[in-house]
Amino acid sequence: MKTYRENGVGIVDSLYKDTNKTKWSLKEKLLLGLTPQQYIGQALRNPFNWLLAAIFAVGIPIILGRFIFGLGWVTHSSNDYPWGMFLGFGLFAMVPLSSSGFQLGTTCEVFGRHDFEPIERLGLLNGLLGYLFAVIYLMVDLGQPWRLPYPMVVSFGPAAVLFLVAWHVATYLSVQVAEVSVAFFEWIGFPMGKRGVRKITLGLTVAGIILSTLHQGALGALFTYAPGKVHPLWYSASFQWLHFFVSSLPGGLCMVIAVSTIARKTMTWRLDKNFNDNLDKLTIALAKGASMGLATYLTIKLIGIAHDNKWEYLATGWGQWFMFEIFFGVILPLGLFAYAIRNEKVGLVRFAAFMTVFGVVLNRVNTAMITFNWKLAEREIPHWREVLISITIFAIYITVYRFILYRLPILFQWKTADEPVEELATAKAGASYSVADGSATLGTYRSKVESPLSPNSYTTMNDGE
Amino acid sequence: MKRRDFLKGCLMCGAATSLGISNKAWGAGSFEGYPEAMGVLVDLTRCIGCRSCEAACNKEQRLPEPKVSFDDQSVFKEKRRPDENAYTVVNRYETASEGKTVHRKIQCNHCNEPACLTSCFVNAYTKTKEGAVIYNSKICVGCRNCMIACPFNVPGYSYSSAINPIVKKCIFCYDTRVKFGRPPACVEICPQEVLTFGYRKDLIKMGHERIRETPDKYVDHLYGEKEVGGTGWLYLSGVPFEQVGFDTTLGNDPIISNVKEFLGTVPMVLAIWPALFTGFHLLSTRNKGHEGGHGHDAHSKSEQEDAKK
Repeated sequence: MKTYRENGVGIVDSLYKDTNKTKWSLKEKLLLGLTPQQYIGQALRNPFNWLLAAIFAVGIPIILGRFIFGLGWVTHSSNDYPWGMFLGFGLFAMVPLSSSGFQLGTTCEVFGRHDFEPIERLGLLNGLLGYLFAVIYLMVDLGQPWRLPYPMVVSFGPAAVLFLVAWHVATYLSVQVAEVSVAFFEWIGFPMGKRGVRKITLGLTVAGIILSTLHQGALGALFTYAPGKVHPLWYSASFQWLHFFVSSLPGGLCMVIAVSTIARKTMTWRLDKNFNDNLDKLTIALAKGASMGLATYLTIKLIGIAHDNKWEYLATGWGQWFMFEIFFGVILPLGLFAYAIRNEKVGLVRFAAFMTVFGVVLNRVNTAMITFNWKLAEREIPHWREVLISITIFAIYITVYRFILYRLPILFQWKTADEPVEELATAKAGASYSVADGSATLGTYRSKVESPLSPNSYTTMNDGE
Repeated sequence: MKRRDFLKGCLMCGAATSLGISNKAWGAGSFEGYPEAMGVLVDLTRCIGCRSCEAACNKEQRLPEPKVSFDDQSVFKEKRRPDENAYTVVNRYETASEGKTVHRKIQCNHCNEPACLTSCFVNAYTKTKEGAVIYNSKICVGCRNCMIACPFNVPGYSYSSAINPIVKKCIFCYDTRVKFGRPPACVEICPQEVLTFGYRKDLIKMGHERIRETPDKYVDHLYGEKEVGGTGWLYLSGVPFEQVGFDTTLGNDPIISNVKEFLGTVPMVLAIWPALFTGFHLLSTRNKGHEGGHGHDAHSKSEQEDAKK
């Protein structure tokens, strides 16, 4: 991609490609403004694509096989460990890492912290995709996935926590689709839709907070059905839902830090100045939030142990594993955050964010799989096909994530004005910015810079070559 | 079933759907079992491990032919559990108490407040007034939460089926026998009178009677009388229960009572959050319009918001 940019191929970041107001066609938008040959050429040059292709070549036939030969073919068909990697990793770990959607939504829309806007959409998208793929993992795991709508329409089990999870995840997924659709409407050129969604943003965001609080907690509460099976150190009747909810907060924020770090490294061409300039500052701000969350989590984790007086378990082998999780997933990142935030070491913040993500995933996998049935002698080691399917779905997740980041205005601002009323008002501001900068990017005003201005940036860039 | 109708009414109301869920906490009252519930008293001291109950169950429930025939004792080498091919299994325990060999039959205990039932999000399980916990395979989605929830590790899943995998567990021969007042197949065939079928309340009395009459023979405990809210199947043993594979750490509360603390928070969140957060919004954007907005001093609920000030 970089090579083409250097050769002066325009980036699709507005509806129009040049001063004549010719619109990018849908095909051009999908191909990132490249010709089909160029597009395939750059895709083939990327070694990561080859890795993905290799995973898909092996994994997709196995996923199809799961639906032809049944769950017994891909898992160890364990009656003692009914939930394997698909739920232990796929559902229980993806959902907390997706709490970024409601947190950044809340920050920007409810608390009016518009300084977080450059990263808000990444947070929303991260939430949407995480949930979507958690549901996809679930679909693979369910015995009869075609009956997934049953709790909505056919038969209700309202005393079940899972009933709440099903309803909330379904509702929240729709809420997130609506929130992210703003970016899609900009990209496709449908200002009506965007305006419609903007009107109900506050409602959507508050709905997001409610639904998230409840189902993040509900995922934890699912394990209160198995008080004798989950190891006491990972179980607490009173605190289980709080543990899951509170740890999802730093989990989601750190996931956004992690994704933005990867995006900055691998898709530099796609970030605009606004995102790039604000990223370090925002990373530290997010890390502050995450460390508050981690501190709270650590406290209630310890209170949970003290509440049921489970200290004696710490001396066992399980206890060491527990301390490993808490040390590397909570305490160490907390310490690193404290040091790095104080000294503004963004790199270290990012490293600690990756550790936090690891810690949250480890906690979920521990609760759902590793320490589950701790009283039984036999531990369940997932079938190799189960592992491969999990990896494949994760690879699809990465592919879809990247596909969207390349195209929709998530990491950059769409430069086409779609609100005619504000167009005039901001045109001046936009102009002054472009003069001042004189370079590729057009100031930090949100998607309100008048269209004829944006092509300037391309010409500048092309001239420069 | 007025409550259920009410819930359904709520759920039908489009936008109100998520709110309707809050009423779920009602599903968890303290329930002591139907008065006419039947049960089985199992006297482990009488069992000789002949496995005829396994054979009878296999025939009654039309389960597949087993790999090892029912008169083969070699299955006792390992500890088995009920699965899709066997709703009941007998295990042998060489116990520490005077080297006694004890056999124990495992099947669904038909709890008064079944964890499988309360954890099921499509209500596939029913506790009948006769005391059986039965299962509707037509609506089961296959989440297997019931298998997670069952404190006795009873439900099995037919993982081998791709098209129609379902939960397989003992249903107390409900359709064919218990519904008509007849004892289940395993009870009827037992040659040693290990199993006694009757009203649960009578069996409790009978169990305590036996302990009282021959206190040397039994441990002074009727397993299932109180465990996880009481079970339809009750056990007498001559050796401590934990030596023959019983989980004695389950406690006397039904599983659902662990979940109540969370369910209790649901209405609170639903009622308070909207007002709280729209309030924060009004406070933090006051005098600013929607465009400005740097710095806010609302006392935020979630700590990460505080941190960002």
